[in-house]
Amino acid sequence: MNALDIRTVLREELGNIAPEIDFNSVDPKADLREALDIDSMDVLTFITAIHTRIGLVIPEVDYPKLMTLDGAVTYLSAKLQPR
Amino acid sequence: MAEFRMPSLGADMEAGTLVEWMVKPSDKVKRGDIVAVVETQKGAIEIEIFETGVIEKILVDIGTKVPVGTPLATLRTKVEAEAGVKEPAAPEAPAIMPPPIPKPAEAPPIAAALPEVSPLPGRLRASPAARQLAQAHGLDLTTITGSGAGGAIVLKDVEARLASMPSPPPKKPVIGLDLGAMRAAIAAAMARSKREIPHYYLQHQVDVTGCEAWLAERNAARPPQSRLLLGALAAKAVASALRRFPAFNGFWQNGKFEAAPAVHLGMAIAIRGGGLAAPAIHDADRLSCDELMAAMRDLVQRMRFGRIRSSEIADATITVSSLGERGVEALFGIIYPPQVAIVGFGKVVTRPWVVEGIIQPRSILTVTLSGDHRVSDGHAGALFLVEIDRLLQEPEKL
Repeated sequence: MNALDIRTVLREELGNIAPEIDFNSVDPKADLREALDIDSMDVLTFITAIHTRIGLVIPEVDYPKLMTLDGAVTYLSAKLQPR
Repeated sequence: MAEFRMPSLGADMEAGTLVEWMVKPSDKVKRGDIVAVVETQKGAIEIEIFETGVIEKILVDIGTKVPVGTPLATLRTKVEAEAGVKEPAAPEAPAIMPPPIPKPAEAPPIAAALPEVSPLPGRLRASPAARQLAQAHGLDLTTITGSGAGGAIVLKDVEARLASMPSPPPKKPVIGLDLGAMRAAIAAAMARSKREIPHYYLQHQVDVTGCEAWLAERNAARPPQSRLLLGALAAKAVASALRRFPAFNGFWQNGKFEAAPAVHLGMAIAIRGGGLAAPAIHDADRLSCDELMAAMRDLVQRMRFGRIRSSEIADATITVSSLGERGVEALFGIIYPPQVAIVGFGKVVTRPWVVEGIIQPRSILTVTLSGDHRVSDGHAGALFLVEIDRLLQEPEKL
C-alpha cells in the first residue's frame, strides 16, 4: 500500500464521517478534529474503520499522530511497510 | 380491529409525511415491528407498531402528509384474527401508544389533510436499507437489478453496484433531513420549555483522572471496536444515579410529575450542518458500560444515516448532553419537555487540584444539572450530582 492508496483510504473513511467536507480544501497539516469538526466518537469510528479496512490496530496513545492528514499518512506508511 | 395512527414524536410535531410502507395488507405484524418510515422535522423516522395482528388495509399513500393521530392503516389484532372477527364491535383503540405529550393549548388547529406529493406510480420494490444506501450515494434504484424475493432490491445489490463503480459520487450529509425545519422544531420545543418550566441550574466539578487512567489501561488491551470513551462512563453514572434520584427521571404531564419506571437516556447528538436530536437509549441503567458504549455508537451511526426509530425519539425520560473533547468547560441545557431534567458534561480540562493536601494537575470534568422546580429543588439536584461524582470515582464498578 503506497502513500497514494493510504490517502484514498483516509479520504474515504473520513468522508463517511464528514460527508460534506471537500478534502481538496483541507490543509494536510491542520488538526482533523478542527478541520472536519469531529468529536472523540468520530475519531474512534475512524480508528475502527482503519482497523476494519487494513487490519491495523492503532493504540489509543498513537491517536495524536493521526490527527492531521500528513501525520496519518506518515504513521500508516511506516506501519504498513513490509519488513 | 385497531387503527395504526401517525404517532406524535414529540411536543413539537404536528404532521408527518409517509415515505415508505414496510408492510402490505394481510402481513402479520407484532408489537415493536417497524412498519413504516415517516419524514418529520427530525428527519426520517422508522415507525414501530404497538399491537400484534394482521394488517388489513393501508389508508394513507406514500408521499402524503397527514396530521398526528391520522389513521394510517387498520389491523386485525391477534385475538380478533384468531376468532375470525372481521368488523369491530366497539370504538377502536388506537394501535399505537397515545402521544406522550398533550399539545400546547396555543397550537393552531390542523387542517384535515395536507397533501403535498402525489403517490409514486408503480413503486419499486427495495428494502429500506437498500434505499438508504442508494440515496446516500445518489444512485437511481431503477438502474439496479434486484436479487431479493420477487425481484426486490436488497442491500447487497446496492453494495455490489457501488463496488463496481469507479469512484464514489459526492455524498449528501443526512438523508431527507431539512435542517431549517429541524431548527424550527428545536425553537418550538425550547421556547415552550422556557415558557413553562421554571429551571434551576447547578454545576459540579468532578475529578476524572481515575476514570481516564482506568480507560487507558482497559482500552490498551482492546481492538478499536470494543474501546470505551469517557462519555459512556458519564452516561452510565447518570443512569445509575437516577435509581436513587427518581425525581429527575420521568415526565411532567397533565399538571403533575410521573416518575418513569425505566431509565431511557436521551443522548443529545449534534447533526452536521447545524441540527440536534436526542434519541433515547432504552433501559440505560441496566446496560453494562460496554453495552452502553455500543448503543451510543449505534445511535450516532444511525442518526447520521437517518435510521432513528419512533420509540427512540419519543421515549427519552431524561437527556444527557456532552460537549466532548472540544468546546468549553460547561454547558447548561434547556429541559426538553415533558422531561424534567437535563444533565450536561463539558470538556475535560487539566487543572491544579488539591489532593490530600498536595497541589497536582488533575483532569476535571464539569457536570451540570438543569432541573424543573415544579418537581425538584436544588438540594435534591445537588445530591444527584454528588452521586454522579461518587459513581465516577469507581469506574470499575460502573
